[in-house]
Amino acid sequence: MNETDVTKDGQRHVRPGREATTGVHTGPGVEHVPSAARPARGRGEQAMVPAAEFGSYYGKPIINQPVWESPDIPGYLFLGGLAGSSAVIAAGAQVTGRRGLARVAKVGAAASAALSTVALVHDLGRRGRFLNMLRTFKPTSPMSVGSWILASFGPAAAVAAGSDLTGVAPGIGAAATVGAAVLGPPLATYTAALISDTAVPAWHDAHRDMPFVFAASAVTSAAGLGMLGAPVEERGPVRLLGALGGAAELATERLMEARMGLAREAFDEGRAARYHKGAQALLVAGTLSSLTARRSRFLGAVAGASLLAGSALTRFAIFEAGLASAKDPRYTVVPQRARLEARRTRPSEGPRSNGDHPAAPPTGTE
Amino acid sequence: MVANPFASLLEHGDPATAAGYVDHPPRMGFFTDTSVCIGCKACEVACKEWNHVPEGGLQFTGMSYDNTVGLGADTWRHVAFIEQRKRVGQQVTGAAADGAAPAESGIRWLMASDVCKHCTHAACLDVCPTGALFRTEFGTVVVQEDVCNGCGYCIPACPYGVIDQRHGDGRAWKCTLCYDRLGVGAEPACAKACPTDSIQFGTLEELHLRADRRLAQLHGAGVSDARLYGRDPDDGVGGDGAFFLLLDEPEVYGLPPDPIVTTRDLPAMWRRVATAAALVAGTVAVSFTRKAP
Ligand code: SF4
Ligand code: SF4
Repeated sequence: MNETDVTKDGQRHVRPGREATTGVHTGPGVEHVPSAARPARGRGEQAMVPAAEFGSYYGKPIINQPVWESPDIPGYLFLGGLAGSSAVIAAGAQVTGRRGLARVAKVGAAASAALSTVALVHDLGRRGRFLNMLRTFKPTSPMSVGSWILASFGPAAAVAAGSDLTGVAPGIGAAATVGAAVLGPPLATYTAALISDTAVPAWHDAHRDMPFVFAASAVTSAAGLGMLGAPVEERGPVRLLGALGGAAELATERLMEARMGLAREAFDEGRAARYHKGAQALLVAGTLSSLTARRSRFLGAVAGASLLAGSALTRFAIFEAGLASAKDPRYTVVPQRARLEARRTRPSEGPRSNGDHPAAPPTGTE
Repeated sequence: MVANPFASLLEHGDPATAAGYVDHPPRMGFFTDTSVCIGCKACEVACKEWNHVPEGGLQFTGMSYDNTVGLGADTWRHVAFIEQRKRVGQQVTGAAADGAAPAESGIRWLMASDVCKHCTHAACLDVCPTGALFRTEFGTVVVQEDVCNGCGYCIPACPYGVIDQRHGDGRAWKCTLCYDRLGVGAEPACAKACPTDSIQFGTLEELHLRADRRLAQLHGAGVSDARLYGRDPDDGVGGDGAFFLLLDEPEVYGLPPDPIVTTRDLPAMWRRVATAAALVAGTVAVSFTRKAP
């Protein structure tokens, strides 16, 4: 076999180059036997990668891992919800003359908006360039939309809280309270689109229900804060909200999981599972105690703290489930393969049908 | 800029036109024919050299002949190296002594040079909040490193696991399809360096023709495993600017079998976010008009 095709007289065979039919028998001295006719030998058609029910490249993830870190980003999801809902509660309390509750909610909204901005900036790879977030406005980027919401909400909430605490410029303070209350709900819920608008299986697969889980969780946390801080006689509305929010959070989260497919399993493992269990226990406790904490300052505080912590743990559980689902190629490959097979067996449905999604594909704007 | 960001690109439209370029050059791309790849990694090296891509950590993975593992901030071309107990078509694999029939080892090697797909509907570009990622006049997708603030959104948005954050730098990096070389009419460094023409560069139109011809040739020769990946303009990302000829299922190469651009579902998400926001406002309003139990 120590022969070369390059001889003094030139090259012996014409090389096919990019036309080479790799896989076709071309060597000398071996009779042609179609592969199907050969007896199976050895281990047969078995990949060298560890046996699994799906194919992968040495078990490596398909998508790259999110570089978002905990507690920055799950904290941001939680604080954004707390800030947004608190601003709405502040307006409600203001209008109905509950001064104590209004103050707690206003200060809570301003402080959590500020903290969430810190968390967001802290998570940037280039913190000095955080203002580039406001370089453009892109509806195709929930982070761009969210940055604009946060950039307008933050100052409004700060002015509202400042005016309430100092008594300076009550007119401007009232206007800022209304402004923050208008921007609050979108601030509380846009974060669902933020994480669902990725290729992370546990986040994307939940995109239908995530906004409602986040909305409920936001209301729960703000009600919890109100119950912790407001005077007993002004706690009525937040007690009702706490019970409503807590129950809604438990229900929507359950519904979300039920509709998720394979990625749901990411909630059953490791950190996500622990946070998830903790969140459920706290939410049940918080919901029940807000209903019963009519006069007891102590019971109200317990309810408030449970709801706040439960809401936070919901965000941490969802965040961790996403990370876990990004790490394991199973979550990416298996559903996509099933989708392909389904399309292959039902070709009449057109190239793609994916539930309730519009036919027009989105695209970048720049 | 376009008026409606969710409905601007026609079914088979050109991404550069959709991005607002008038009178732009044709869409350029790669056709990577893995059936002639010899796994030499010349593309990886050429890319690093031309683009000043730093080393991404030296490690021994034990994964066949692949120590770069996958695409990332510091690997813009990645040569996958797969060992399988499978025959390549009817080819006899294994060594033979002179004259004797070769011993059948039943092992085949698949080698494939992976790269950013320069998607028609690019999720990374859609979600980038700063506008650092942009569509070039060649229809490719490029990061402006002087704008990127390292928010990291593009990284989990990419359905292929291409773009990543560089350690110690904080910004996101990926293949630019050698934007600088394209500008002066040169072909990208990897395609230039590829000794077997496994990486072919050209207008996407021409590459599609070549790929279809090549696929027919291989199928005609009995290589029924051969398939094109990313060639279909009707797939979940509207087709890739860099597409492939593979000899096995995509996931064997670490590629998603049926990727869908995540922003396709974004209009539905925004609608639900709006409904959820209204529910927040409504619930709070109701709680202030009712008496608590
Ligand atoms: S492959 Fe990933 S990084 Fe490349 S253009 Fe598509 S979405 Fe962006
Ligand atoms: S990391 Fe840079 S390129 Fe990626 S989305 Fe953020 S700003 Fe855009």
